[in-house]
Amino acid sequence: MAVGRAVDRETLLALYRTMVRIRTFEETAHKEFLKGEMPGFLHLYSGEEAIAVGVMSVLEPDDYLSTHHRGHGHLIAKGGDTKRMFAELLGKADGFCKGKGGSMHIADISLGVLGANGIVGACVHIATGAAFACQYQKNGKIAVAFLGDASTNRGTFHEALNLASIWELPVVYVVENNHYGVANPQSEHMRIKDIADRAAGYGFPGVVVDGNDVIAVREAAAEAVDRARGGGGPTLMECKTWRHWGHFIGDAATYRDPVEHEAWLKRDPLILCAEALRSREWATEEDLEKIQAEADVEMVAALEFAKKSPYPSKDELLTDVYVD
Amino acid sequence: MGTRIMSYAEAVADALKIEMRRDPRVYIAGEDVGRFGGSFGVTGYGVFAEFGPERVRDTPISETAIVGHAVGAAAAGLRPAIEILFMDFLLIAMDELCNQAAKVHYLFGGQLKCPLVLRTAVGAGMGTAAHHSQSLEAMLCHTAGLITIAPATPYDVKGLLSSAIRDDNPVVFLEHKMLYAQKGEVPEGEYLIPIGRADIKREGSDVTLVCWSGMVRQCLAAAEDLEKEGISAEVLDLRTLIPLDKEAILESVAKTHRLAIVHEACLTGGFGGEIASIVADKGFDLLDAPIKRVAGPDTPVPFSPVLEAEFIVKADKIAAAVRELLG
Ligand SMILES: Cc1ncc(C[n+]2csc(CCOP(=O)(O)OP(=O)(O)O)c2C)c(N)n1
Ligand SMILES: [Mg+2]
Repeated sequence: MAVGRAVDRETLLALYRTMVRIRTFEETAHKEFLKGEMPGFLHLYSGEEAIAVGVMSVLEPDDYLSTHHRGHGHLIAKGGDTKRMFAELLGKADGFCKGKGGSMHIADISLGVLGANGIVGACVHIATGAAFACQYQKNGKIAVAFLGDASTNRGTFHEALNLASIWELPVVYVVENNHYGVANPQSEHMRIKDIADRAAGYGFPGVVVDGNDVIAVREAAAEAVDRARGGGGPTLMECKTWRHWGHFIGDAATYRDPVEHEAWLKRDPLILCAEALRSREWATEEDLEKIQAEADVEMVAALEFAKKSPYPSKDELLTDVYVD
Repeated sequence: MGTRIMSYAEAVADALKIEMRRDPRVYIAGEDVGRFGGSFGVTGYGVFAEFGPERVRDTPISETAIVGHAVGAAAAGLRPAIEILFMDFLLIAMDELCNQAAKVHYLFGGQLKCPLVLRTAVGAGMGTAAHHSQSLEAMLCHTAGLITIAPATPYDVKGLLSSAIRDDNPVVFLEHKMLYAQKGEVPEGEYLIPIGRADIKREGSDVTLVCWSGMVRQCLAAAEDLEKEGISAEVLDLRTLIPLDKEAILESVAKTHRLAIVHEACLTGGFGGEIASIVADKGFDLLDAPIKRVAGPDTPVPFSPVLEAEFIVKADKIAAAVRELLG
């Protein structure tokens, strides 16, 4: 997809549709979780959809990605089947990981998704290594890591970026800067304002992007992806954004300034994208409502499927530890 | 000294407060331990409120820095009480813990002390899958120079944490996440439980169940079930793994002549093997039956509730093993 990145009507509608599907997936999961039907931790991606969707819109189907604990949106944007995703969230046999991974380890390897991850920062090295494999095999593929602002404080982030730099790896690091690591605000966990600045320490470009504007994300990603695929090495893309909910469900996020929160909610990526569609007269209210209605139908059916899916048999506990 | 019913989490906080009042060199560092009060709520029980951000320090997500800086700080006169949120994340800082903290005293011929306490949450049961559920105590026990403590009750956790903070060695202090809400009677003021001393949580005469941390509850439940069948099980809570209270284990086996060792961690390479080997060596003549180990399977901890339930050793499995021993 090296050409044709100009955003036409069809493309923007497709981007909007995927964002709505992610939001609706998350809201559905949220409700189920509050009913006590989902075990573990659930980190919602609501509010950050434009990043996954904008980046994925310029990737090839067999490019790799590696993500973190907030990983539902990336999988949906890469084409993940929401039926099997809900099944995984419920720990059912039809889940992508047979219920062994859950939300924090959701993955469809066949789509190049090398997993969500329970260890903050782990995705950075995994994407770096996948990018090395692409370079080594000269297969023209690239890898993308999706990570949080706070994860860039781990040593592993810095080691990965340095390695990618000296080996000129075809990788894009997408920092989803929602300004918090759990309750710790960015201003207290680092002394710089723009995480993109960290790229300078490794000698490759770092760019700041409006992470709630899907068109802006797509444009910046197109440049980074082209650079990677063209042998130009890594890019660090910092997408400024905001999570709509607490760190995970159960965290009321009382540590955030309500005024700031409201301001960000007004810049909801779905609202911004809908406005872009309206102002270009690419979509009517009915078109937009139809997209939401279709997403609602999809998620109801997907959740239904997941609920009917059986639990894995107890023997599954002992399988997959080693390759037979 | 009066007592109060408090949770395991509160008891941890109580010890932290007592030790921080007593010794200005003690400080806390970890992720979200400050204003947020800790992800398991421990420092939220008045620790941050009393000592503030100077002594209860939020760190970035930098496990290497949390453990690494503490080694240097301890070497230069402080007594860090650091927190690694989940034990699984401790693997990130194994160099800092095992190559540095554990070894400096020996390496420098006894010149340097590293009095740090590293608190961390262990165990499965919350549906949090393979990166948030492990019990990795065997790795620590395999590293000479570390003390490893794994208390099972509010009373023990408070008294042992105070002792740990006053000890001049690096201590890893394992708090089972399924125990944080468990309540018990705890003295209000300061008291110390000696490190390296096991505790009989229930007396018995037919079999010894050696256990620690989350498995103490399961062993007590198993002992209760077994009693109905006329089997008297002694539950020996080690509380400290290193230094190990070998005498207490051998004394109990001398009384019961049968031993089952119960741990949540995976069987292979688990600390149970070490205990079995000590008893086989020093207590062979005391035994009327082979030593049993009841432990987690050799797998990562799965997410699905049915698989996780299968992973965690429960009272029924312990009771079944005991019946085999007596059968
Ligand atoms: C190595 C490691 N340390 C700590 C945690 C606990 N934890 C999970 S998510 C999180 C915050 C991550 O913040 P950020 O990277 O900004 O991502 P966000 O949650 O904001 O999307 C923390 C501390 C973890 N899972 N792994
Ligand atoms: Mg963040």
